[in-house]
Amino acid sequence: MAMGRVSLEKKFHVLAIDDSTIDRKLIERLLKISSYQVTIMDSGVKALEFLGLLDDDNGSIESTFTSTTQNHQEKVDLIITDYSMPGITGFDLLKKIKESESLKNIPVVIMSSENVQSRINSCLESGAEEFLLKPVQQSDVNKLRPHLLRGMPESNSFGY
Amino acid sequence: MERNSHRQLANMKKSLFDQGYLDQEQFTQLEELQDEANPNFVEEVVTLYYRDSARLIQNIEQALAEKNPLDFTKLDNYMHQFKGSSCSIGAKKLKNECTQFREYCRTGNGEG
Repeated sequence: MAMGRVSLEKKFHVLAIDDSTIDRKLIERLLKISSYQVTIMDSGVKALEFLGLLDDDNGSIESTFTSTTQNHQEKVDLIITDYSMPGITGFDLLKKIKESESLKNIPVVIMSSENVQSRINSCLESGAEEFLLKPVQQSDVNKLRPHLLRGMPESNSFGY
Repeated sequence: MERNSHRQLANMKKSLFDQGYLDQEQFTQLEELQDEANPNFVEEVVTLYYRDSARLIQNIEQALAEKNPLDFTKLDNYMHQFKGSSCSIGAKKLKNECTQFREYCRTGNGEG
């Protein structure tokens, strides 16, 4: 009973990344309408920093600081990112997240204005939950919910 | 007085839709994101779009001025951004122009 009440109060935290000002505004609004807590970044590098992945590729450093970075940063329940971005692309971001012990279970969704089948396939194969075509609409954002619900404590015996 | 301006606005929108400048579906989506708590959403997005577009157009003009040779990759990049934001806002005609422009870039058509 108590656990049910806690999960109702808790808002899912979605991290959104897009280099386009317009698209950032749109996705932020769409996510907030769905009552998610939203953090917006304009680059993959800043997102990695936020997630605590910008340390060296040295895996041991990351795992040592995992608990501290998770406590220091808020827990993220879903990451939604644009595909084409300067610097680190959404695809690079996806792979880095899936390679990380602490973050690989976070669902990742890719957005793109280009409907390229090979691109869609490689994203899905690399672990993306969804590939959304821009402009993203409310119906697309509704597709995120099942992925978020799947990560909830009740359905996950030990959490992550 | 208010009814008149509402009707004017409706007429203006309709003509933009009819002439293919504005994508009705996408623009309607934007309007649906506006509500009492966020009454200026559409205005904010459109303002951002104008500002963003002005910047992009300036970059494109500059790139076009560097004539010999034309940097098609840079131009294509700017166009991709312009096309993307035009799409999000429902600026249909602009988006189509961007697509055409990118075709020229791809074929190295400087004249186009």
